[in-house]
Amino acid sequence: MTVSLAPTAVARSAGERQEDVPPEATAASPTGPSPAASPPGSAARFRLATEDPPWVRRLLVSVALLFLAAFLLVPAAAVVWEAFRGGIHLWWKAVTEPDALAAIRLTLLVAAISVPLNTLFGVAAAWSITRFRFRGKNLLLSLVDLPFGVSPVIAGMLVILLFGSRGVLGPWVLAHDVRIAFAVPGIVLATVFVTFPFVARELVPFMQAQGTEEEEAALVLGASGWQILTRVTLPNVRWSLLYGVILCNARAMGEFGAVSVVSGHVRGLTNTVPLHVEILYDEYAFRASFAVASLLFLLAVVTLVAKQVTEWKVRAESETWGGR
Amino acid sequence: MRSLTASTRRAHRGVLPGFGLSTGFTVFYLGLVVLIPLSLVVLKASELTWAEAIALTTSPRALASYRISFGAAAAGAAVNTVFGGLVAWVLARYRFPGRRLVDALVDLPFALPTAVSGIALCAVYSRNGWIGRWLEPLGVKVVYSELGVVLALTFIGLPFVVRTVQPVLEDADREVEEAAAVLGADRAQTALRVILPTVLPAALTGFALAFARAVGEYGSVVFISGNMPLRTEIAPLLIMTRLEQFDYAGATAIATVMLAVSFVLLLAVNRLQAWTRVLAGQV
Amino acid sequence: MSIEIRGVSKAFGAQPVLRDVSLSLLNGELTALLGPSGCGKTTLLRILAGLEFPDAGEVVHEGESINGRSARERNVGLVFQHYALFRHLTVGDNVAFALRVRRRPRREVEERVRELLALVQLEGLARRYPHQLSGGQRQRVALARALATQPRVLLLDEPFGALDARVRQELRRWLRRLHDDLHVTSVFVTHDQEEAFEVADRVVLMNAGRIEQVGTPARVFEEPASPFVMRFLGAVNVFRGRVDAGRAFVGDLEFSAPATAERSPAHVFVRPHELEISLSPTPGSFVARVERVVTLGSAVRVELAAPPYGERIEAEIDERRSRTLALAPGTQVHLSPRRVRVFAGRQAEEDSLTASHL
Repeated sequence: MTVSLAPTAVARSAGERQEDVPPEATAASPTGPSPAASPPGSAARFRLATEDPPWVRRLLVSVALLFLAAFLLVPAAAVVWEAFRGGIHLWWKAVTEPDALAAIRLTLLVAAISVPLNTLFGVAAAWSITRFRFRGKNLLLSLVDLPFGVSPVIAGMLVILLFGSRGVLGPWVLAHDVRIAFAVPGIVLATVFVTFPFVARELVPFMQAQGTEEEEAALVLGASGWQILTRVTLPNVRWSLLYGVILCNARAMGEFGAVSVVSGHVRGLTNTVPLHVEILYDEYAFRASFAVASLLFLLAVVTLVAKQVTEWKVRAESETWGGR
Repeated sequence: MRSLTASTRRAHRGVLPGFGLSTGFTVFYLGLVVLIPLSLVVLKASELTWAEAIALTTSPRALASYRISFGAAAAGAAVNTVFGGLVAWVLARYRFPGRRLVDALVDLPFALPTAVSGIALCAVYSRNGWIGRWLEPLGVKVVYSELGVVLALTFIGLPFVVRTVQPVLEDADREVEEAAAVLGADRAQTALRVILPTVLPAALTGFALAFARAVGEYGSVVFISGNMPLRTEIAPLLIMTRLEQFDYAGATAIATVMLAVSFVLLLAVNRLQAWTRVLAGQV
Repeated sequence: MSIEIRGVSKAFGAQPVLRDVSLSLLNGELTALLGPSGCGKTTLLRILAGLEFPDAGEVVHEGESINGRSARERNVGLVFQHYALFRHLTVGDNVAFALRVRRRPRREVEERVRELLALVQLEGLARRYPHQLSGGQRQRVALARALATQPRVLLLDEPFGALDARVRQELRRWLRRLHDDLHVTSVFVTHDQEEAFEVADRVVLMNAGRIEQVGTPARVFEEPASPFVMRFLGAVNVFRGRVDAGRAFVGDLEFSAPATAERSPAHVFVRPHELEISLSPTPGSFVARVERVVTLGSAVRVELAAPPYGERIEAEIDERRSRTLALAPGTQVHLSPRRVRVFAGRQAEEDSLTASHL
């Protein structure tokens, strides 16, 4: 079966039995009223058998929050703080400086190429894997997950091994005076490799769970393959698809390790935004570095919001449409 | 009748159209982007003689980099298994103000570009950083030390454990816990004897996933680690250094070791997930 | 327009699902495929639809084999058990789907949709979404959708299986009336005998991938062709005996058993409502003791034991008779079978092997 090497948002919410309802009050336990909604005044008197004593709860919650604060919240806050510490003016200057703008342009270009390609692949792979039975299907699925298990540095290394001047296709590259490694094409290739599985991984479990009945109905009603895909399948998976695209895009824009290997690190030419952040940091231009980093942070926030929205939408849809 | 074999073949696959196109494109793209490049590694690695290969993969610097990468990844994954498991429990079972927000934030390390995580962690835990300044007087040095590497790898693996364990806890059957209570167990015993075994496979899976991710991690680590060879140089960085020196063979050698480890981990995760499914079915 | 199934066999992996099935569907007729789960009826339906393909045999339509044609090309209407409505399309768009994918002009599509919604009595709901409808309404939308292109055959896969009992009853009758109006050749899969009998012109009984009997509801009930059919179509008492030269013998009882010649073991089947109970002996009766009397509303089921003949015999009498007899556990009565069905030889053997506690 498939190995999932990263948390998938939407499949999880599609598979959850329950609402976002206080777990103590889930319908799964028919024992009665929710302790979280205990009536005022009787708060500490009765405790359900499956409920932990208040001091335990408070302790565990505190420890968990402390852990998360130290590891998540503080670093996140630091980014925002450091970015705007010098004032909005400085922030704006750092972000609109020519090299920064060039990095932004390059990042957008790379994303604009790799995301559509991988989305197309993701849809094709999901269609193939979830709508047909054939030998090697599970192998195919595992292979799709492969880039997840590969270090991004190795991904970059592959591009060098292929297209570097001493690489396998080195002679060909030199003969045709094409620059792939240490140039923009190399960055695109490395990014495509690294962001390869994202759309497929969101779509496959979701489409598997949905089943093929609607598509079969469409087929019997006379629809062609393309009509089935566009009129029945894609509308049904639109939120999963959207989230997959957003994840793919976030990774494409934020990729660092692979691009670091492949890029020529030429300022203003072959630096993406993450690389630019690194350069500024190494030059001790901390405020500028964090200022540019805040753009990527914003991207992460958008991704997180998208995840919540998508999960919510999928849950809402499965409830209203669910009772088949 | 002559159309029978064609249609039978089609029948075994499924009746929806587009098999050839979708599978063909998938295999083609997969081969082009993933398989061919990866087989290059094998190809390149096989160019070395055994002696060379062993020398390259076991040089002191290389061995140190494995120790640091794998060791810190394991330590980080272990911390995540314990604390991440705790976070999953708290999110799945308790209500507290800000729970939805915290739940959403758990995915931050997954969504945040690694370079940003890298500089953020470095800033926070450096000598003057928000947390670093409290640790400094205690003699705890985070940046430019192995501890920093462990910290970064803990950050990066956090969502994996939480998101693997959380659904298991949420879906767990409360009636089993009620049965334990009726039979006389207190909450601690119930947690230990009833709940823990249920989440164990998920926890192990989370550990393996966090470990796999951490082993190959680059961006979040290189800022805080200081990249000192033999001390805080992680394996991916060593690969990069060798590439910069045009030592392709050396880089490939280390990469092969890392890929082998990833492969083993992939298998382990596969087994663990199968075990999880079996247990879930039994319950 | 007639449809013929000739020698169709299908297996899923090593598991045979249909074994050499042949059937003729008559034009304009509503045929029910009736049988227990796993008997192959749904697979046969899907083969007719083109969603599965047979390993052997063919489906012939008007003399032309349509085996090679995909579901898309067959112009059949299919109604799924779980509706399979396009959840993101309105009722109107669902019904219009088949016409839109054929790129019919808009005017024509709108007109036809209106017509179909009126046919299934869902006018005015065109703009609703499936999730806003009840189960019964959804199934009617599915039916309207399937009828949009005037298919040559309408296939229904346990169409009322997902609905609750009352709605099922209503829709059954409604479907029959619709068929009487439209006369579309229809095939209808069900495991519910009552449903099949109420709706269908002809019933096809299937078991383990084979057709056991084809006939009108009355025919298959009165003259079951095999022990399976008799057991499937209602409760039945089975007595073990033997046949010899056209007579069946069970203990002291003797019945005529035409169409059985040689001597062989036999199973004699008697329906509960064809066992007469009396307080004094009658010709051809045997002694039994009442074990339990259960009131089922207008009928009364009497459970009896008659050791040489059987430990659990079931008789059904009407409530009035039950009062007259004043039966109570322990009462000794006399049972006489009014009508029996005898299966001997190979059929009796097979029955011994395969009969579950039906």
